[in-house]
Amino acid sequence: MTDEALIVLENVNKWFGPLHVLQDVDLSVARGEVVVVIGPSGSGKSTLCRAINRLEPIDSGRIIFDGQALPAEGRELARLRSEVGMVFQSFNLFAHKTILENVMLGPVKVRKEKKAVVQDRAMSLLERVGIANQAEKYPAQLSGGQQQRVAIARALAMQPKALLFDEPTSALDPEMVGEVLEVMTSLAREGMTMVVVTHEMGFARHAADRVVFMADGQLVEQATPDEFFANPRSDRAKDFLSKILTH
Amino acid sequence: MNVLIDKFDVFAGGFWLTLQICVLAAIGALILGAVVAVLRISPVPPLRAVGTAYVTVFRNMPLTVVMFFAAFALPALGSNADFLRIPGLDVVFTRLGTDLPYFRFALIALTLYTAAFVCEALRSGINAVPPGQAEAARSLGLTFGQNLRYVVLPQSWKASIVPLGSVIIAMIKNSALIGFFGVVGDLSQSADQLTSAEGYAFIPVAIGISIGYLIMTVPLGALLDRIERRQAVAAR
Ligand SMILES: Nc1ncnc2c1ncn2[C@@H]1O[C@H](COP(=O)(O)OP(=O)(O)O)[C@@H](O)[C@H]1O
Ligand SMILES: [Mg+2]
Repeated sequence: MTDEALIVLENVNKWFGPLHVLQDVDLSVARGEVVVVIGPSGSGKSTLCRAINRLEPIDSGRIIFDGQALPAEGRELARLRSEVGMVFQSFNLFAHKTILENVMLGPVKVRKEKKAVVQDRAMSLLERVGIANQAEKYPAQLSGGQQQRVAIARALAMQPKALLFDEPTSALDPEMVGEVLEVMTSLAREGMTMVVVTHEMGFARHAADRVVFMADGQLVEQATPDEFFANPRSDRAKDFLSKILTH
Repeated sequence: MNVLIDKFDVFAGGFWLTLQICVLAAIGALILGAVVAVLRISPVPPLRAVGTAYVTVFRNMPLTVVMFFAAFALPALGSNADFLRIPGLDVVFTRLGTDLPYFRFALIALTLYTAAFVCEALRSGINAVPPGQAEAARSLGLTFGQNLRYVVLPQSWKASIVPLGSVIIAMIKNSALIGFFGVVGDLSQSADQLTSAEGYAFIPVAIGISIGYLIMTVPLGALLDRIERRQAVAAR
Protein backbone atom coordinates (compact mmCIF):
# COMPACT_ATOMS: atom_id res chain seq x y z
CA MET A 1 0.00 0.00 0.00
CA THR A 2 2.64 2.53 0.97
CA ASP A 3 4.45 2.48 -2.36
CA GLU A 4 1.25 3.49 -4.06
CA ALA A 5 1.21 7.19 -5.01
CA LEU A 6 -0.56 9.47 -2.54
CA ILE A 7 -2.01 11.86 -5.11
CA VAL A 8 -2.97 10.74 -8.60
CA LEU A 9 -4.51 12.88 -11.33
CA GLU A 10 -5.67 11.00 -14.41
CA ASN A 11 -6.71 12.75 -17.56
CA VAL A 12 -8.01 15.77 -15.70
CA ASN A 13 -9.83 18.45 -17.67
CA LYS A 14 -11.26 21.71 -16.46
CA TRP A 15 -12.87 24.60 -18.25
CA PHE A 16 -13.71 28.10 -17.07
CA GLY A 17 -16.40 28.83 -19.64
CA PRO A 18 -14.63 28.56 -23.00
CA LEU A 19 -11.18 28.57 -21.35
CA HIS A 20 -9.63 25.09 -21.17
CA VAL A 21 -7.53 25.64 -18.02
CA LEU A 22 -6.48 22.04 -17.38
CA GLN A 23 -5.94 19.90 -20.45
CA ASP A 24 -5.60 16.14 -20.01
CA VAL A 25 -3.44 16.54 -16.94
CA ASP A 26 -1.77 13.40 -15.59
CA LEU A 27 0.28 13.70 -12.45
CA SER A 28 1.16 11.41 -9.63
CA VAL A 29 2.82 12.36 -6.41
CA ALA A 30 4.46 9.69 -4.27
CA ARG A 31 4.38 9.66 -0.48
CA GLY A 32 7.06 11.93 0.88
CA GLU A 33 7.69 13.49 -2.51
CA VAL A 34 8.05 17.25 -3.00
CA VAL A 35 6.75 18.41 -6.36
CA VAL A 36 7.30 22.00 -7.41
CA VAL A 37 4.98 23.36 -10.09
CA ILE A 38 6.28 26.27 -12.11
CA GLY A 39 5.10 28.06 -15.23
CA PRO A 40 3.93 31.39 -16.54
CA SER A 41 1.09 33.25 -14.93
CA GLY A 42 -2.32 32.07 -16.11
CA SER A 43 -1.06 28.61 -17.07
CA GLY A 44 -3.38 26.87 -14.60
CA LYS A 45 -1.03 26.19 -11.66
CA SER A 46 -3.43 27.47 -9.01
CA THR A 47 -6.31 25.61 -10.58
CA LEU A 48 -4.30 22.39 -10.54
CA CYS A 49 -3.38 22.88 -6.92
CA ARG A 50 -6.96 23.69 -5.91
CA ALA A 51 -8.36 20.77 -7.86
CA ILE A 52 -6.45 18.36 -5.60
CA ASN A 53 -8.67 19.15 -2.60
CA ARG A 54 -11.64 19.99 -4.82
CA LEU A 55 -11.77 23.66 -3.97
CA GLU A 56 -12.08 23.74 -7.75
CA PRO A 57 -14.23 20.87 -9.10
CA ILE A 58 -13.01 19.32 -12.34
CA ASP A 59 -15.05 18.59 -15.46
CA SER A 60 -13.61 15.24 -16.42
CA GLY A 61 -10.92 12.78 -15.40
CA ARG A 62 -10.13 11.38 -11.97
CA ILE A 63 -8.32 12.58 -8.89
CA ILE A 64 -7.38 9.99 -6.32
CA PHE A 65 -6.07 10.85 -2.90
CA ASP A 66 -4.68 8.09 -0.72
CA GLY A 67 -6.37 5.41 -2.76
CA GLN A 68 -9.78 7.05 -2.76
CA ALA A 69 -11.43 9.07 -5.55
CA LEU A 70 -12.40 12.58 -4.44
CA PRO A 71 -15.99 12.44 -3.23
CA ALA A 72 -18.64 15.00 -4.17
CA GLU A 73 -19.28 18.00 -1.91
CA GLY A 74 -20.38 16.92 1.55
CA ARG A 75 -19.13 15.27 4.72
CA GLU A 76 -16.87 12.79 2.97
CA LEU A 77 -15.15 15.57 1.04
CA ALA A 78 -14.76 17.61 4.22
CA ARG A 79 -13.06 14.63 5.86
CA LEU A 80 -10.71 14.24 2.92
CA ARG A 81 -9.89 17.94 2.91
CA SER A 82 -8.96 17.67 6.56
CA GLU A 83 -6.15 15.34 5.48
CA VAL A 84 -4.78 17.76 2.86
CA GLY A 85 -3.41 21.00 4.24
CA MET A 86 -3.51 24.08 2.06
CA VAL A 87 -1.45 27.26 2.25
CA PHE A 88 -2.66 30.22 0.21
CA GLN A 89 -0.86 33.14 -1.37
CA SER A 90 -2.95 35.56 0.71
CA PHE A 91 -2.55 33.58 4.01
CA ASN A 92 -6.31 33.61 4.71
CA LEU A 93 -5.94 33.45 8.47
CA PHE A 94 -9.31 33.81 10.21
CA ALA A 95 -9.38 37.53 10.90
CA HIS A 96 -11.66 37.33 13.96
CA LYS A 97 -9.63 34.68 15.77
CA THR A 98 -6.32 34.87 17.58
CA ILE A 99 -3.26 33.11 16.21
CA LEU A 100 -3.72 30.27 18.67
CA GLU A 101 -7.44 29.96 17.87
CA ASN A 102 -6.61 29.88 14.18
CA VAL A 103 -4.35 26.89 14.71
CA MET A 104 -6.77 25.14 17.06
CA LEU A 105 -10.03 25.55 15.11
CA GLY A 106 -9.59 22.61 12.73
CA PRO A 107 -8.53 19.95 15.24
CA VAL A 108 -11.20 21.01 17.76
CA LYS A 109 -14.16 21.39 15.39
CA VAL A 110 -13.34 18.98 12.59
CA ARG A 111 -11.52 16.24 14.49
CA LYS A 112 -13.32 16.84 17.80
CA GLU A 113 -10.06 16.52 19.67
CA LYS A 114 -9.77 17.66 23.29
CA LYS A 115 -8.92 21.33 23.66
CA ALA A 116 -6.06 20.78 26.07
CA VAL A 117 -4.37 18.28 23.76
CA VAL A 118 -4.84 20.54 20.75
CA GLN A 119 -3.53 23.56 22.61
CA ASP A 120 -0.30 21.78 23.46
CA ARG A 121 0.17 20.70 19.87
CA ALA A 122 -0.75 24.15 18.55
CA MET A 123 1.76 25.83 20.86
CA SER A 124 4.55 23.49 19.85
CA LEU A 125 3.76 24.08 16.17
CA LEU A 126 3.81 27.84 16.74
CA GLU A 127 7.11 27.31 18.55
CA ARG A 128 8.42 25.45 15.55
CA VAL A 129 7.50 28.24 13.11
CA GLY A 130 8.83 30.82 15.57
CA ILE A 131 5.60 32.61 16.51
CA ALA A 132 4.79 31.16 19.93
CA ASN A 133 5.17 34.56 21.59
CA GLN A 134 2.43 36.02 19.34
CA ALA A 135 -0.18 33.35 20.12
CA GLU A 136 -2.69 35.76 21.65
CA LYS A 137 -2.48 38.37 18.87
CA TYR A 138 -4.82 38.73 15.91
CA PRO A 139 -3.63 38.09 12.33
CA ALA A 140 -3.75 41.78 11.36
CA GLN A 141 -1.14 42.50 14.06
CA LEU A 142 1.43 40.23 12.42
CA SER A 143 3.70 40.77 9.42
CA GLY A 144 3.01 38.87 6.20
CA GLY A 145 5.83 36.45 6.81
CA GLN A 146 4.58 35.72 10.31
CA GLN A 147 1.03 35.24 9.06
CA GLN A 148 2.16 32.78 6.44
CA ARG A 149 4.11 30.81 9.05
CA VAL A 150 0.96 30.69 11.17
CA ALA A 151 -0.97 29.47 8.13
CA ILE A 152 1.53 26.63 7.79
CA ALA A 153 1.16 25.80 11.48
CA ARG A 154 -2.63 25.85 11.08
CA ALA A 155 -2.37 23.35 8.22
CA LEU A 156 0.06 21.16 10.18
CA ALA A 157 -2.20 21.09 13.22
CA MET A 158 -4.51 18.76 11.29
CA GLN A 159 -1.58 16.33 10.90
CA PRO A 160 -2.24 16.19 7.16
CA LYS A 161 -0.96 13.53 4.79
CA ALA A 162 -0.02 16.17 2.24
CA LEU A 163 0.37 19.93 1.98
CA LEU A 164 -0.54 22.10 -0.99
CA PHE A 165 1.11 25.50 -1.36
CA ASP A 166 -0.17 28.03 -3.89
CA GLU A 167 2.52 30.69 -4.31
CA PRO A 168 3.06 30.96 -0.55
CA THR A 169 5.69 33.69 -0.81
CA SER A 170 4.35 35.77 -3.70
CA ALA A 171 2.51 38.24 -1.48
CA LEU A 172 5.46 38.78 0.85
CA ASP A 173 7.97 41.57 1.07
CA PRO A 174 11.33 40.22 -0.10
CA GLU A 175 12.89 40.20 3.36
CA MET A 176 10.18 37.83 4.62
CA VAL A 177 10.40 35.24 1.88
CA GLY A 178 13.34 33.49 3.51
CA GLU A 179 11.64 32.78 6.83
CA VAL A 180 8.72 31.07 5.10
CA LEU A 181 10.90 29.06 2.70
CA GLU A 182 12.98 27.92 5.66
CA VAL A 183 9.91 26.37 7.31
CA MET A 184 8.89 24.75 4.02
CA THR A 185 12.36 23.37 3.42
CA SER A 186 12.46 21.76 6.84
CA LEU A 187 9.05 20.15 6.20
CA ALA A 188 10.32 18.81 2.89
CA ARG A 189 13.37 17.31 4.64
CA GLU A 190 11.17 15.60 7.18
CA GLY A 191 9.36 13.74 4.45
CA MET A 192 6.12 15.69 4.14
CA THR A 193 4.38 15.14 0.82
CA MET A 194 4.15 18.57 -0.80
CA VAL A 195 2.85 20.14 -3.98
CA VAL A 196 4.27 23.63 -4.22
CA VAL A 197 3.37 26.25 -6.82
CA THR A 198 6.13 28.85 -6.64
CA HIS A 199 8.38 31.21 -8.50
CA GLU A 200 11.19 30.63 -5.99
CA MET A 201 13.71 28.80 -8.14
CA GLY A 202 16.08 28.47 -5.20
CA PHE A 203 13.48 26.44 -3.33
CA ALA A 204 12.79 24.36 -6.44
CA ARG A 205 16.49 23.55 -6.81
CA HIS A 206 17.15 22.66 -3.22
CA ALA A 207 13.98 21.19 -1.83
CA ALA A 208 12.12 19.64 -4.76
CA ASP A 209 12.32 16.02 -5.78
CA ARG A 210 10.68 16.87 -9.08
CA VAL A 211 9.87 19.99 -11.03
CA VAL A 212 6.72 20.13 -13.14
CA PHE A 213 6.52 22.81 -15.80
CA MET A 214 3.05 23.97 -16.85
CA ALA A 215 2.02 26.14 -19.76
CA ASP A 216 -1.44 26.83 -21.19
CA GLY A 217 -3.14 24.24 -19.04
CA GLN A 218 -0.78 21.42 -19.93
CA LEU A 219 2.01 19.70 -18.07
CA VAL A 220 4.72 20.39 -20.60
CA GLU A 221 7.57 18.59 -18.89
CA GLN A 222 8.69 17.08 -15.62
CA ALA A 223 12.18 16.30 -14.42
CA THR A 224 14.43 16.39 -11.37
CA PRO A 225 15.43 19.97 -10.58
CA ASP A 226 19.04 19.41 -11.65
CA GLU A 227 17.98 18.04 -14.99
CA PHE A 228 15.24 20.62 -15.54
CA PHE A 229 17.33 23.69 -14.79
CA ALA A 230 20.40 22.39 -16.68
CA ASN A 231 18.57 20.94 -19.69
CA PRO A 232 15.02 22.09 -20.20
CA ARG A 233 13.68 20.14 -23.18
CA SER A 234 10.72 22.16 -24.36
CA ASP A 235 10.97 25.58 -25.95
CA ARG A 236 8.32 26.93 -23.60
CA ALA A 237 10.40 25.92 -20.60
CA LYS A 238 13.61 27.33 -22.09
CA ASP A 239 11.83 30.59 -22.83
CA PHE A 240 10.32 30.71 -19.32
CA LEU A 241 13.64 30.00 -17.61
CA SER A 242 15.52 32.56 -19.67
CA LYS A 243 12.98 35.17 -18.60
CA ILE A 244 13.05 34.49 -14.90
CA LEU A 245 16.71 33.63 -14.53
CA THR A 246 17.88 36.89 -16.07
CA HIS A 247 16.37 38.79 -13.14
CA MET B 1 -55.53 69.55 18.01
CA ASN B 2 -57.93 68.36 20.66
CA VAL B 3 -58.24 65.06 18.94
CA LEU B 4 -54.74 64.13 20.18
CA ILE B 5 -55.94 64.49 23.75
CA ASP B 6 -59.56 63.38 23.39
CA LYS B 7 -58.67 60.31 21.40
CA PHE B 8 -55.37 59.58 23.04
CA ASP B 9 -56.54 56.06 23.82
CA VAL B 10 -57.23 55.43 20.12
CA PHE B 11 -53.75 56.58 19.16
CA ALA B 12 -52.19 54.57 21.98
CA GLY B 13 -54.19 51.50 20.98
CA GLY B 14 -53.16 51.91 17.35
CA PHE B 15 -49.55 52.31 18.37
CA TRP B 16 -49.74 49.18 20.48
CA LEU B 17 -51.26 47.07 17.71
CA THR B 18 -48.77 48.30 15.11
CA LEU B 19 -45.93 47.65 17.51
CA GLN B 20 -47.17 44.11 18.14
CA ILE B 21 -47.42 43.20 14.50
CA CYS B 22 -44.07 44.79 13.76
CA VAL B 23 -42.27 42.94 16.53
CA LEU B 24 -43.80 39.63 15.49
CA ALA B 25 -43.18 40.22 11.78
CA ALA B 26 -39.61 41.34 12.48
CA ILE B 27 -38.89 38.17 14.44
CA GLY B 28 -40.54 36.04 11.75
CA ALA B 29 -38.75 37.81 8.93
CA LEU B 30 -35.36 37.54 10.65
CA ILE B 31 -35.79 33.80 11.13
CA LEU B 32 -37.24 33.12 7.68
CA GLY B 33 -34.78 35.50 6.02
CA ALA B 34 -31.86 33.71 7.68
CA VAL B 35 -33.16 30.36 6.43
CA VAL B 36 -33.55 31.71 2.90
CA ALA B 37 -30.06 33.24 3.04
CA VAL B 38 -28.59 29.86 4.03
CA LEU B 39 -30.47 28.28 1.12
CA ARG B 40 -29.12 30.90 -1.27
CA ILE B 41 -25.50 30.25 -0.38
CA SER B 42 -25.85 26.50 0.13
CA PRO B 43 -23.55 24.21 -1.86
CA VAL B 44 -26.59 22.18 -3.01
CA PRO B 45 -27.88 23.64 -6.32
CA PRO B 46 -31.62 22.79 -5.85
CA LEU B 47 -31.61 24.49 -2.44
CA ARG B 48 -29.93 27.52 -3.95
CA ALA B 49 -32.61 27.61 -6.64
CA VAL B 50 -35.36 27.57 -4.00
CA GLY B 51 -33.72 30.44 -2.13
CA THR B 52 -33.23 32.48 -5.28
CA ALA B 53 -36.81 31.87 -6.41
CA TYR B 54 -38.11 33.00 -3.03
CA VAL B 55 -36.16 36.25 -3.14
CA THR B 56 -37.06 36.90 -6.77
CA VAL B 57 -40.77 36.52 -6.05
CA PHE B 58 -41.06 38.42 -2.80
CA ARG B 59 -38.58 41.17 -3.52
CA ASN B 60 -40.16 42.05 -6.83
CA MET B 61 -43.82 41.82 -5.92
CA PRO B 62 -45.55 44.88 -4.40
CA LEU B 63 -46.39 44.36 -0.74
CA THR B 64 -50.00 45.23 -1.54
CA VAL B 65 -50.19 42.19 -3.79
CA VAL B 66 -48.63 39.94 -1.15
CA MET B 67 -51.16 41.28 1.38
CA PHE B 68 -53.92 40.71 -1.12
CA PHE B 69 -52.94 37.07 -1.52
CA ALA B 70 -52.67 36.54 2.22
CA ALA B 71 -55.94 38.26 3.08
CA PHE B 72 -58.08 36.98 0.22
CA ALA B 73 -56.44 33.92 -1.27
CA LEU B 74 -55.86 32.13 2.04
CA PRO B 75 -59.52 32.40 3.10
CA ALA B 76 -60.58 31.41 -0.43
CA LEU B 77 -58.46 28.31 0.02
CA GLY B 78 -60.32 27.71 3.24
CA SER B 79 -57.51 28.68 5.59
CA ASN B 80 -57.88 30.95 8.56
CA ALA B 81 -54.11 30.92 8.93
CA ASP B 82 -54.74 28.60 11.84
CA PHE B 83 -51.45 26.91 10.97
CA LEU B 84 -49.83 29.75 12.89
CA ARG B 85 -51.46 28.36 16.02
CA ILE B 86 -48.42 26.35 16.90
CA PRO B 87 -47.58 25.93 20.56
CA GLY B 88 -45.69 28.95 21.80
CA LEU B 89 -46.85 31.30 19.08
CA ASP B 90 -50.39 30.37 20.09
CA VAL B 91 -49.77 31.66 23.59
CA VAL B 92 -48.44 34.94 22.19
CA PHE B 93 -51.52 35.46 20.02
CA THR B 94 -53.98 34.85 22.85
CA ARG B 95 -52.13 37.27 25.11
CA LEU B 96 -52.22 39.99 22.48
CA GLY B 97 -55.99 40.28 22.50
CA THR B 98 -56.01 40.80 18.74
CA ASP B 99 -56.35 37.21 17.80
CA LEU B 100 -58.29 37.64 14.57
CA PRO B 101 -57.60 35.90 11.25
CA TYR B 102 -56.83 39.23 9.54
CA PHE B 103 -54.11 39.94 12.05
CA ARG B 104 -52.55 36.61 11.15
CA PHE B 105 -52.94 37.20 7.41
CA ALA B 106 -51.25 40.57 7.68
CA LEU B 107 -48.51 39.06 9.79
CA ILE B 108 -47.89 36.35 7.19
CA ALA B 109 -47.73 38.85 4.34
CA LEU B 110 -45.42 41.24 6.17
CA THR B 111 -43.14 38.38 7.24
CA LEU B 112 -42.92 36.74 3.81
CA TYR B 113 -42.27 40.05 2.10
CA THR B 114 -39.71 41.35 4.59
CA ALA B 115 -37.84 38.02 4.76
CA ALA B 116 -36.68 38.49 1.16
CA PHE B 117 -35.03 41.78 2.13
CA VAL B 118 -33.62 40.32 5.35
CA CYS B 119 -32.08 37.55 3.25
CA GLU B 120 -30.40 40.07 0.96
CA ALA B 121 -29.13 42.16 3.89
CA LEU B 122 -27.60 39.06 5.48
CA ARG B 123 -26.09 38.05 2.17
CA SER B 124 -24.56 41.47 1.61
CA GLY B 125 -22.82 40.99 4.95
CA ILE B 126 -21.66 37.53 3.97
CA ASN B 127 -20.36 38.84 0.66
CA ALA B 128 -18.35 41.44 2.56
CA VAL B 129 -16.28 38.63 4.13
CA PRO B 130 -13.28 37.95 1.86
CA PRO B 131 -13.82 34.63 0.02
CA GLY B 132 -10.43 33.39 1.22
CA GLN B 133 -11.87 33.03 4.74
CA ALA B 134 -14.47 30.46 3.73
CA GLU B 135 -11.97 28.81 1.42
CA ALA B 136 -9.43 28.37 4.20
CA ALA B 137 -12.17 26.90 6.40
CA ARG B 138 -13.21 24.47 3.69
CA SER B 139 -9.64 23.41 3.11
CA LEU B 140 -9.35 22.58 6.83
CA GLY B 141 -12.32 20.25 6.47
CA LEU B 142 -15.03 22.35 8.09
CA THR B 143 -18.48 21.44 6.81
CA PHE B 144 -20.77 24.07 5.30
CA GLY B 145 -22.57 24.55 8.62
CA GLN B 146 -19.34 24.78 10.64
CA ASN B 147 -17.92 27.19 8.12
CA LEU B 148 -20.93 29.50 8.52
CA ARG B 149 -21.00 29.19 12.27
CA TYR B 150 -17.34 29.53 13.18
CA VAL B 151 -15.86 31.53 10.31
CA VAL B 152 -18.30 33.39 8.07
CA LEU B 153 -21.17 34.56 10.28
CA PRO B 154 -19.00 35.89 13.14
CA GLN B 155 -17.38 38.15 10.54
CA SER B 156 -20.47 39.01 8.49
CA TRP B 157 -23.02 40.13 11.08
CA LYS B 158 -21.29 43.47 11.57
CA ALA B 159 -21.66 44.29 7.91
CA SER B 160 -25.27 43.07 7.96
CA ILE B 161 -26.57 44.95 10.95
CA VAL B 162 -27.02 48.40 9.38
CA PRO B 163 -28.78 47.14 6.20
CA LEU B 164 -30.89 44.86 8.42
CA GLY B 165 -31.97 47.85 10.50
CA SER B 166 -33.00 49.71 7.36
CA VAL B 167 -35.07 46.70 6.32
CA ILE B 168 -36.87 46.70 9.67
CA ILE B 169 -37.54 50.45 9.50
CA ALA B 170 -39.01 49.99 6.02
CA MET B 171 -41.11 47.15 7.39
CA ILE B 172 -42.54 49.32 10.17
CA LYS B 173 -43.60 51.87 7.59
CA ASN B 174 -44.95 49.17 5.29
CA SER B 175 -47.11 47.89 8.12
CA ALA B 176 -49.32 50.94 7.52
CA LEU B 177 -50.88 48.91 4.72
CA ILE B 178 -52.42 46.32 7.00
CA GLY B 179 -55.44 48.52 7.79
CA PHE B 180 -56.56 48.17 4.20
CA PHE B 181 -56.57 44.40 4.50
CA GLY B 182 -59.01 43.95 7.30
CA VAL B 183 -56.87 44.65 10.35
CA VAL B 184 -58.80 47.00 12.61
CA GLY B 185 -57.17 49.33 15.06
CA ASP B 186 -53.54 49.71 13.98
CA LEU B 187 -52.11 53.22 13.62
CA SER B 188 -53.03 53.93 10.02
CA GLN B 189 -56.48 52.34 10.18
CA SER B 190 -57.22 54.35 13.35
CA ALA B 191 -56.44 57.51 11.42
CA ASP B 192 -58.82 56.50 8.71
CA GLN B 193 -61.47 55.73 11.30
CA LEU B 194 -61.04 59.09 13.07
CA THR B 195 -61.12 61.20 9.91
CA SER B 196 -63.66 59.56 7.65
CA ALA B 197 -66.01 57.98 10.17
CA GLU B 198 -65.78 60.36 13.12
CA GLY B 199 -65.12 63.56 11.18
CA TYR B 200 -61.97 64.77 12.89
CA ALA B 201 -59.73 67.17 10.93
CA PHE B 202 -57.12 65.37 8.90
CA ILE B 203 -53.97 67.27 9.83
CA PRO B 204 -54.03 66.78 13.61
CA VAL B 205 -54.82 63.12 13.13
CA ALA B 206 -51.99 62.78 10.63
CA ILE B 207 -49.64 64.43 13.11
CA GLY B 208 -50.81 62.00 15.76
CA ILE B 209 -50.17 58.89 13.73
CA SER B 210 -46.89 60.28 12.40
CA ILE B 211 -45.72 60.65 15.99
CA GLY B 212 -46.72 57.02 16.53
CA TYR B 213 -44.57 55.75 13.66
CA LEU B 214 -41.70 58.09 14.49
CA ILE B 215 -41.60 56.76 18.06
CA MET B 216 -40.79 53.36 16.55
CA THR B 217 -38.56 54.34 13.63
CA VAL B 218 -36.48 57.29 14.88
CA PRO B 219 -34.84 55.50 17.83
CA LEU B 220 -34.06 52.55 15.57
CA GLY B 221 -32.51 54.87 13.01
CA ALA B 222 -30.49 56.67 15.70
CA LEU B 223 -29.26 53.33 17.01
CA LEU B 224 -28.13 52.35 13.50
CA ASP B 225 -26.28 55.65 13.08
CA ARG B 226 -24.47 54.99 16.31
CA ILE B 227 -23.50 51.48 15.29
CA GLU B 228 -22.34 52.75 11.92
CA ARG B 229 -20.21 55.49 13.51
CA ARG B 230 -18.67 53.06 15.93
CA GLN B 231 -17.85 50.66 13.11
CA ALA B 232 -16.29 53.46 11.09
CA VAL B 233 -14.07 54.35 14.04
CA ALA B 234 -13.12 50.71 14.60
CA ALA B 235 -12.24 50.29 10.94
CA ARG B 236 -9.83 53.20 11.03
N1 LIG C 1 -12.77 31.38 -11.12
C1 LIG C 1 -12.34 31.61 -12.37
N2 LIG C 1 -13.21 31.93 -13.34
C2 LIG C 1 -12.80 32.14 -14.62
N3 LIG C 1 -11.53 32.05 -15.02
C3 LIG C 1 -10.60 31.72 -14.10
C4 LIG C 1 -10.97 31.49 -12.72
N4 LIG C 1 -9.84 31.20 -12.03
C5 LIG C 1 -8.84 31.24 -12.94
N5 LIG C 1 -9.28 31.56 -14.16
C6 LIG C 1 -8.47 31.65 -15.39
O1 LIG C 1 -7.89 30.40 -15.61
C7 LIG C 1 -6.55 30.54 -16.05
C8 LIG C 1 -5.61 29.79 -15.13
O2 LIG C 1 -5.64 30.42 -13.87
P1 LIG C 1 -4.72 29.98 -12.66
O3 LIG C 1 -4.92 28.53 -12.41
O4 LIG C 1 -4.97 30.91 -11.55
O5 LIG C 1 -3.27 30.22 -13.27
P2 LIG C 1 -1.88 30.41 -12.53
O6 LIG C 1 -2.05 30.08 -11.09
O7 LIG C 1 -0.95 29.53 -13.24
O8 LIG C 1 -1.51 31.86 -12.72
C9 LIG C 1 -6.29 32.03 -16.11
O9 LIG C 1 -6.43 32.45 -17.45
C10 LIG C 1 -7.34 32.63 -15.24
O10 LIG C 1 -7.69 33.91 -15.70
MG1 LIG D 1 -1.87 31.26 -9.37
